[in-house]
Formats: sequence, structure tokens, C-alpha cells
Amino acid sequence: MALTEHIIMRELEVPTIADFNVYLQHEGYTAWRKALAELAPGDIVKMVRDAGLRGRGGAGFPTGVKWGFLPKDVKPRYLLCNCDESEPGTFNNHQIIDRNPHQLIEGVIISAYAIESNTAYIYARGEFATAAHTLEQGIAQAYAAGLLGKNILGSGYDLDVYVHRGAGAYICGEETALMESLEGKIGQPRLKPPFPAVEGLYGKPTIINNVETLANVPRIVLKGVDWYRSFGTEKSPGTKVFSLCGHVNKPGNYELPFGLPLRELIYSPEYGGGMTDDRPVKIIVPGGASAPWLTGEQLDLTLDYEALAAAGSMLGSGGVIVLNDTVSAPHVAYKMDEFFKHESCGKCTPCREGTHWLVKVLHRMTEEGHAHPEDIPVLHSIYNQMAGNCFCLLGESAVMPIKSALALFPEEFERLLPAGMNGRTNGKHVIELQQA
Amino acid sequence: MSEVNIIIDGVQISVPANTNVVDAARMAGIAIPVFCYHPRMKAVGMCRMCLVAVGTPRIDRETRQPVRDVEGKSVIAMMPKLQTACTTRVSEGMVVYTTTDEVKYAQNGVLEFLLTSHPLDCPVCDKGGECPLQNLTMEWGPAVSRFDYTDKVHFEKPIPLGDLIYLDRERCILCGRCVRFQDEIADDPVLGFDSRGRSWHIISKSDPPFDSKFSGNTTDICPVGALTSADFRFKARVWEVQSVPSICMLCPVGCNTTLDMRHNKLMRVMPRENAAVNDIWICDKGRFGHRFIESTDRLTTPLVRRDGALVPASWQEALGLVAEKFAAIQSAAGGAALGGLAGDHLANEDLFIFQRLFREVLNSNNLDYRTGTPGEPTPDDAGAQFGVGTGTNLMELGAGTTVLVVGPTRKKKHHSICCGCEPLRSGGASCLLPMPAQPNLTARQRGGCTIAPRRKSSLCAVCCGWCGTRSAARTCHSAPLVLPN
Repeated sequence: MALTEHIIMRELEVPTIADFNVYLQHEGYTAWRKALAELAPGDIVKMVRDAGLRGRGGAGFPTGVKWGFLPKDVKPRYLLCNCDESEPGTFNNHQIIDRNPHQLIEGVIISAYAIESNTAYIYARGEFATAAHTLEQGIAQAYAAGLLGKNILGSGYDLDVYVHRGAGAYICGEETALMESLEGKIGQPRLKPPFPAVEGLYGKPTIINNVETLANVPRIVLKGVDWYRSFGTEKSPGTKVFSLCGHVNKPGNYELPFGLPLRELIYSPEYGGGMTDDRPVKIIVPGGASAPWLTGEQLDLTLDYEALAAAGSMLGSGGVIVLNDTVSAPHVAYKMDEFFKHESCGKCTPCREGTHWLVKVLHRMTEEGHAHPEDIPVLHSIYNQMAGNCFCLLGESAVMPIKSALALFPEEFERLLPAGMNGRTNGKHVIELQQA
Repeated sequence: MSEVNIIIDGVQISVPANTNVVDAARMAGIAIPVFCYHPRMKAVGMCRMCLVAVGTPRIDRETRQPVRDVEGKSVIAMMPKLQTACTTRVSEGMVVYTTTDEVKYAQNGVLEFLLTSHPLDCPVCDKGGECPLQNLTMEWGPAVSRFDYTDKVHFEKPIPLGDLIYLDRERCILCGRCVRFQDEIADDPVLGFDSRGRSWHIISKSDPPFDSKFSGNTTDICPVGALTSADFRFKARVWEVQSVPSICMLCPVGCNTTLDMRHNKLMRVMPRENAAVNDIWICDKGRFGHRFIESTDRLTTPLVRRDGALVPASWQEALGLVAEKFAAIQSAAGGAALGGLAGDHLANEDLFIFQRLFREVLNSNNLDYRTGTPGEPTPDDAGAQFGVGTGTNLMELGAGTTVLVVGPTRKKKHHSICCGCEPLRSGGASCLLPMPAQPNLTARQRGGCTIAPRRKSSLCAVCCGWCGTRSAARTCHSAPLVLPN
């Protein structure tokens, strides 16, 4: 049941929509013109809230509600677009910017107007050189068309949009670390409270939204709340661009209305097209590496915030990693925690030392083949000592792969332990004694 | 300031609003272990050592009143996660638990984590014996390490962070106290961090490296042996030294110090807390400028000139000779023929005795201590004009006062006064540190004003004249003038 009309991936209907003129011909900037002519900022906030748009960055927090947290009459205030997409298994932001950049720019403009901000920043991760260039070009075209800048379309409203490239750190996708980085400081999370809506960039009220979230805004404003709510579920309205990867025949970005079962995303010929070599699904990581794992028995779970939360996982960034039965769960946990260890900023002890220790133990077990007999209880206690005690969510996310792997596939870890031998080896590295 | 009532581990206590939970617990006699938190600096909640369970009264959404149980007690809603006590401010009715199993597990976990990357080289570490990491591990930490010793991270052992301070990155637990001290208290933001994760480490950002007059304080507040001073490194074990209270005499501030002696030799100078003078800090001049004591060029015995040559003599003999000559001059030409020049490194107490000797015993009023060009107004003239005020507690100066520090430069600040400027400012006083324009100087360090080089005396003259027209002017110290706003 593919969508006949896409909200985000409109390049499927209009293949050249990345071109500014083509975008203009297909309702491009109509929403912005409509907003300026007919809608007060508060009306747009209300529309977004009524549409039930939820943050696509991972937490799924209602966007309109977030916008409502801004203190009244404190100016300047800033809009930040979080384009530091770094979650393993997530790659939709890049495609949105590559294929449909003007819709994002229009979304940034309308959202900035809605929160009464005159400055917006798009923070792109360091590796997004091409994307940043595309955005800069698109922004220049919007300036040239009078859709940005001073006194936009004679309305008296001014807005400047800047693209800032980070230096390639996962932590800079954390909203407060992103602001630190944007201010030119070392990318590390700030203490909360104060929350960004009250005291954010340069100490001013700041709203920070994901690329996909903002790209939804022009369509909501143009087509209305009821149209938007005709997609998805009651509590998770709209669509989501899922990044599907792993052992599927057709990995890629697919826009689905919320509420379709995982099975459809993986097996439908329009989406994943089934598993490679028809092997069974073993592990599904439904929301990027930070999400707790699901198994092949949970294919009927629906892809919406509520159903996945009820199953103990989360929709997260929508990066769906599907792995078949050829993978070793400890090895997957090792690779994922290796990522978190590499990206840990070092600010707080449990994350800095915990990820380091986790990876040391997992490396020893999976790569070197000489696990210590006490390694499994040690792994359990490392993640338990991290969970809930870290400064920001990076450390909490690092808990998920190892906790899931140990909960779902304990026997695979036990198999790595030394088999009844005194020594610290499973036999893999034993040097054969030569016969005299 | 208003007080709030909280309960910590069953102890009911009333503390000023805005207190954080670590300090509140301390007032209740309960210790919460900390590494990154320091009472003189902003809390950052980085080390996670002070995790505690915190609950607040549940508030009814409609009535906005606390929900009460059948006995009329307010129902406490515990926060879902443990909170860092250093960043949590007390609120009315707050309940804190510092000894639950969950808290103990977290504290034990944080210490175990810290020790996984710590080299545990206590036997050769200068901090051994006065090390918070050792102490907290004894009280709150695990008894054994489960970390494979071969997995330790290794760095080059100590690297010079500057001329005076060595950094051992293996020992560093990355609490950031040193960086924040330089930032918030010394006002020389010359330290920073580099890299990330387990490779995160302290660096100096200045050229020359660690260019600060207060760098030694970072070795005091370092909770491990990561920062050690070139001066004290490998000189003594701290449990072998005897601490003698003293006063630093290298500038007019008179910081309170402790002299750590071993076998009657001076090993190191440490700050001694005195909220009215230097708080808990001293400058590097006071801390490291003590090698002259052991100098072989110093006289160790009095010398008396006999037949044109100086020969060693006993104190009795030397003092007897001086007394005899003074008496002879006084009886021949009167006390006015005698004069006393005191060194400017003497303490007030020494100067007091010195002037009594001249005024009361020798009947002479010829006393001076000034240096500089004759005829030029100096900061001391202000003292002469207005007298020294009775109150010399710098830290008591709050809103409504302006402190003018005369003659500070980047190289020669009035050391601890500059150090004390931040507390003064936070108390509401304005601090002016007019300095010649120099690179690498923040507006905050200059106090927002710049003066031309060598125009210090003109500034003093202007200020003295200005003060003269205001009767309320009083001086607080010979160096800083305290002017009403």
C-alpha cells in the first residue's frame, strides 16, 4: 500500500523538484506566501500543534507544543535546524536535502516566522559538504526571489538563514551540544535546565527541530490539518521517511504513513523487497543504534511511536536496521558500542569510561576470542552502572545494544566463554604442542 | 535570603534557598562525595559522583497544592532518575536520600569507572595522602577492580603544562576543575580541553603555555595527582610534613599561608583559608617564590666590621653593638638624628614593632618605607590623605562599592586582589582594573577601562582629587581605593 501522494519524498512524483523553478511550479513557496498573507505566527503554531506533528529526530515530541514553550516577548530568539544526522542506520536527512531541498528551506522559513525569529541556522554535520552546498544554493535562490532577507514580500518581516557545518561529531546532534558547537565551543552537551526554549543559543530562547520535522511544515500549512491527519495514526499522524538497511533486498529511504507493520516495510516489493537469500530476520533495530532491539518474532509490530514504545523499543530516528540469522548478536553489540565509544564526548564519567570498558570486553570476546569467565556479569554491571547515570542521552543510548543483545541472545555470549577450561581461552588461539 | 526546609536522609534542616544539595547536605552533617564540584565554582554535574535520590512534594495539578496522604503528610514524588546533587537546588519540602542501594550502586559504579582508566600509581604520586580519589574510593568505592589491567589507556607520563605545572593525563579524571578555576576565578582562561571521549584531555591554550599568575592553585583543587607543581614534585610525602601557619609578605595583600616543613626545611607554601583576605587561593609568586630562603648567598649569621673587615659575630654581640651606637647618637644629637627605613616586604606586625622602637625607645619620628620617584603621587599618597580604613575585609564589600586596583598589569597584578575580584563582583561590587591596553586581555580583566602606559600616577592624582571632594571616601587598604558609587 504505497502512498499515492508523498509529503516529504515528493521527488517520487516530481523527479526534478530539487530545481528551484520546478519547485515553484509545484506549489513551491505557496505555503510561505499564504503564511505571510493570511496567517499570524500563532496560527501556524496552532496548525502544527493540531496536525500532531511530532519531532522526527528521535524523541517524537510534539513540535507545536515545543514551540509553545518559548517565553513571551524575549527577543531575539533563534530557530535551529538539526541536520547533524549521524545516527547509525539513519540516512534520510541527506536524501531530503539532495532531492527536495527547497521544501526544507521553506519549512525553516515558515517555522522561523511561526516562532517570531529573525535568524535561523541549519547545522549540517561536517561530512555533509554537498548537502550544505545544495542548501546554500537554495537559500541564495530564495534570497534572490525575495522570499528571504529584509522586508520579505513587503510584509515587514525579516529573516536570515545561515548554513553552518560542524566538524563531524555525533554528539553535536544533541541539541545543547549543537548550540555549543554553533557558538564555536567544544561540542559537548550543556546542563539542563535551562532548556533551549528558555535559554539556548547565545543564551536566548531557541527552538531546535530535525530536518524532516521542518520539511513537513510547508505541507501542513498549505494543505491543512485535516489533510495531514488523513495520513498515519491518531497519535502519530503523518508519514515518516524510514531508512531501511541491513540484509534486505532493497535498502533505501521509504516514506510510509505511520502505523504500517514492520513486516510490510521489510517484505513489501515496494519497500524492502524481502530479506536477502530469504534468510529469516534475527534482529531489528527500529530507530537507529540507540533503539532497543526487536526480533524476527515482532514483525507484526506497527511502525508508530506508541506501538514501538509499548514493545519496549522506540521509533527513534526511523533508521531501521534489519539483520538476518548469519550475524552474531555479541558482534553487532560490539560494533554498535564501538560507535558510541568513538563518539562519546568524554564529559561525564559513566559514558566516557563505560563505553570504553564495554568495548574492551566485547572486543576481547568477539574479535580476540579469549573471553574471561566473569565477562558476562561484568557486561551486565557496566551497562547497569551507566543506565540513568549519564549526563546526556549518548551514554544512555550506548546501553541499548549491549543490554538488548544480552537480554535477547544470552546463549551467544555464553558460547564465547572459555569452554570448561581454566585458561582464558576458548581454544581459538591455542598453540598446538608439537609432537616430539 | 529566604530559607527552605528539606529532609536529607531523615535529617530535617532549613537552608537558604538556592543552596545546592551537596552544600545543604554538608550543613546537615552528611557528606556527598564529589569530584568536579567545588564550592567556589559553578556546578557542572560532569563527574556524576554526587548522584542522589531526590523527591519533591507532589503538587495537585488543579489546586496547585501539595497532595497529602491520610496522615496529612505531603506525598513525595521521587524523580525517576538519580540526580546530581551539585546541580540540584533545594526546594521546599524536598526529600533527599544519599544512602539507598540505588545511590550506593551508582556511586560505586562511578568510582569503578574512574579507576578503570586511573593508573593507580599512588606509591609514586605526590597527591598520595591528600588525594580525594583515594579518600572517596576508601569510603564509597569498590574493594577490587574488575578491569583488565592490560586495557588501561596510556599517555606519555607527565608533560609540562607550563613552566610550573606538570600534567599527568593518565591520572586525570577530567573533572575540569582546573579549567574552570582559570576561567571563573583566576580570570585567565588559558586552559581548555582537546579531543574527545577517553582521549579527552587538558591542554594549555596560551603562549607561553599556562600563562597565569595563579596556576599553582590548580594543583590544590585537582582531586587527583594529575596536576603537580615543578616546585614540590617528589620533594616530600605529605604525611611527613609539619604545617606552620604564616603570612605571605611578597606583596601588600598579606595572604594567609601554611608553610609545610620537613626536617625544618621548607618544602612548599600552601594557601590558608581566610575569607577576609585570600579566601583559599594564593598567587604563584607567593607559592613558588620561596627558594631564596635556602639561597647560599644569604647571610646566616650577623657580621660585624672589625679592622675594616666583616667578621661573623653572635646575635648578642651584634645587637649589643647596634644598641650601643644608637644610644651614643641619641645622647649626642637627640632622637631626630636617627631614622628608620623599613622594607616593604614586612608584615604589619613587624612594622608596628619597628615604629614603636623608633618612636618610643629612640624618640624618632623619621620613618619611611616609600619607593619611587620623589614628587610623584603614588597610591600610598591616597593612604596618607585619607588614612587606612578600619575595615580591611575585601570580601565584605558588596553592592554600592567600587574597587579601583591601581597599577595592575598583566605581568604584575595585585595578585590575590585580582583573584578576589570575581567574588567581589558576584557580591555586587564593581572592580576596576585599569591597565595599559595589551593583547590577550579580556574586557572583564581590564574592568572595562584602558589607560595609557605609565599614566598610573596621573590616574592616582585624579582619583585622589576626586575623592578629596567627597567626604565619605575611605580607603580600605594601601593599594586599592574603595570609592562610593
